[in-house]
Amino acid sequence: MRSKTGGSLDKTISEKIISEHAGKELKAGDITIVDVDVVMSQDGTGPLAVSQLKKMGFSGVKKPEKSIFFIDHSAPSPRMELSNSHNVLRNFASQAGARLSDVGKGVCHQILVESYTCPGDIVIGGDSHTCTSGALGAFATGMGSTDIAVGYALAKTWLMVPQTIKVNFNRKVNKGVFAKDLIIYLIGMVTSDGATYKALEFGGEVSARLDMDGRFTISNMAVEAGAKTGIFPSDDITLEYLKNQGRGDCFRKIYADKRAIYEKSVDIDCSVIKPMVSQPHTVDNALPVDALEKIKIDQVFIGTCTNGRLSDLKIAAGILKDRKVKSGVRLIVVPASMDIYLRALKEGILETFAESGAVVQSPGCGPCVGIHQGVLGDGEICLSTQNRNFKGRMGNPDSFIYLSSPATAAWSSIKGYIADPREVLG
Amino acid sequence: MIVNRQNAEILTGRSFKFGDDISTDLIAPGRLFHLRSNLPELAKHVLEDADPEFAKKVKPGDFVVGGRNFGLGSSREHAPVIMKIAGVAAVLAKSFARIFFRNSINVGLPALVCDTDKIDEGDTLEINLREGIISNKTKDIKINFKPLPEVMIKILNDGGLADHIRRNKGFNL
Repeated sequence: MRSKTGGSLDKTISEKIISEHAGKELKAGDITIVDVDVVMSQDGTGPLAVSQLKKMGFSGVKKPEKSIFFIDHSAPSPRMELSNSHNVLRNFASQAGARLSDVGKGVCHQILVESYTCPGDIVIGGDSHTCTSGALGAFATGMGSTDIAVGYALAKTWLMVPQTIKVNFNRKVNKGVFAKDLIIYLIGMVTSDGATYKALEFGGEVSARLDMDGRFTISNMAVEAGAKTGIFPSDDITLEYLKNQGRGDCFRKIYADKRAIYEKSVDIDCSVIKPMVSQPHTVDNALPVDALEKIKIDQVFIGTCTNGRLSDLKIAAGILKDRKVKSGVRLIVVPASMDIYLRALKEGILETFAESGAVVQSPGCGPCVGIHQGVLGDGEICLSTQNRNFKGRMGNPDSFIYLSSPATAAWSSIKGYIADPREVLG
Repeated sequence: MIVNRQNAEILTGRSFKFGDDISTDLIAPGRLFHLRSNLPELAKHVLEDADPEFAKKVKPGDFVVGGRNFGLGSSREHAPVIMKIAGVAAVLAKSFARIFFRNSINVGLPALVCDTDKIDEGDTLEINLREGIISNKTKDIKINFKPLPEVMIKILNDGGLADHIRRNKGFNL
């Protein structure tokens, strides 16, 4: 709704960040050219960005220290064609002085928040889940390879300042319910194109208390409602996270002005949200776990840029401790980054997974993109903590993907069917 | 409205109709990730998981006609690129996912928002890009499409973003 008292100078977070990067006062609907702080692509989109750079006549990148090429989607490479594509990125990054995040370092979005994105930045990435960085108070959005090539070359892009939908997560979250359940619930409510072209700005007392891992999960999936970005204001929790990453100096307080104008507000009473799943083949096909019939599963995947963080692995390992993965179910665990992998290793979390019968794989995207490390067979059903369950996503159009939180995934892997984690956490 | 240097001003072709929520996974599947370095080969599989026969049936100049939220999902520009390589002259839908829409324009493939309920599979369409009108010759009706933002018209008129940047040595929007 348009606030009647909305002053012309009061801005949403997106309006503030974009105005600052354009060097002029802008409001939702304006189209502008902006400076970008961080530009990245991955092994699926990077090679085309490199060939577009060459086509445009560029041999280097404008900001080498903030231009990153990630090798995470098919890493380590399962095929020679992909090995050759990886080398395109390695060679170009080396020649241009750009940063390379090679095999095993982790998923691009996780490395960005660990090492690159600062509050108030504009981040563009050749990957739709670039919106993850919005959790740090950045304007972060996904684009295609040509836009990214231009971003590498010029450190600029063009943007329309989006309208903003304010999402207030209110009251409290029940036991067994996590950030993933909140965002699946929200997407079920607003639908897969309910926020197309718009920014989501998260608020409410639950958002204010949520740890960074939870915020990353929520921002990560903003695009599943069609949104251009999903932003949290930066606060003490953001500062603490950045300090722990040795990047406390890049903290800035980013917030919306009191009388900013929102297209609308969505108020969610989190106390009514139960553990949720997205059913095949769209993310907005959402349902509480307890409303599902008994759905037997063949594979469970815990990981990705959505839910492969330390707190996710901790919750899952807590459930799997002294229990076994059901015979006939394959549990695959992929920490989102090497930093998370090492921490999980030192805390004994990976040992718990291995003892339960899980397969722990190297940091990266894992089976989420359907290339390797857990491609589904015909008719198989997978419960995954990833962000997307489109037909064919995990490499087989004749398979079925359900999405859930790590807790639901872990408990289900023990039960052999999609099960309610409140049975064990309640 | 649009004069695309790579396309004729008036496009004529047949319609291939698809439903709502056609994801980039259906257009350019992840299982064919290794073919992204060989786009003509990947184009032989365009939209394969939505219609396995599409790549064989489509002829240069034909149109892909979708429903709501066409192109949702991944940022892979390969999706509109292989549609173009396969001969698709324009993609029409009730609405587009943001990144796919931007990518289509960037690669010089007109993406037009219109009421696709007025188009059936196999209808012959004549699209006047300059006037913003689609004539459904089979049904003898005219359908308007939503004008593109001025910046996108400039990019499309230059043949896509790479050509725009090369020609202008930067943005000239």
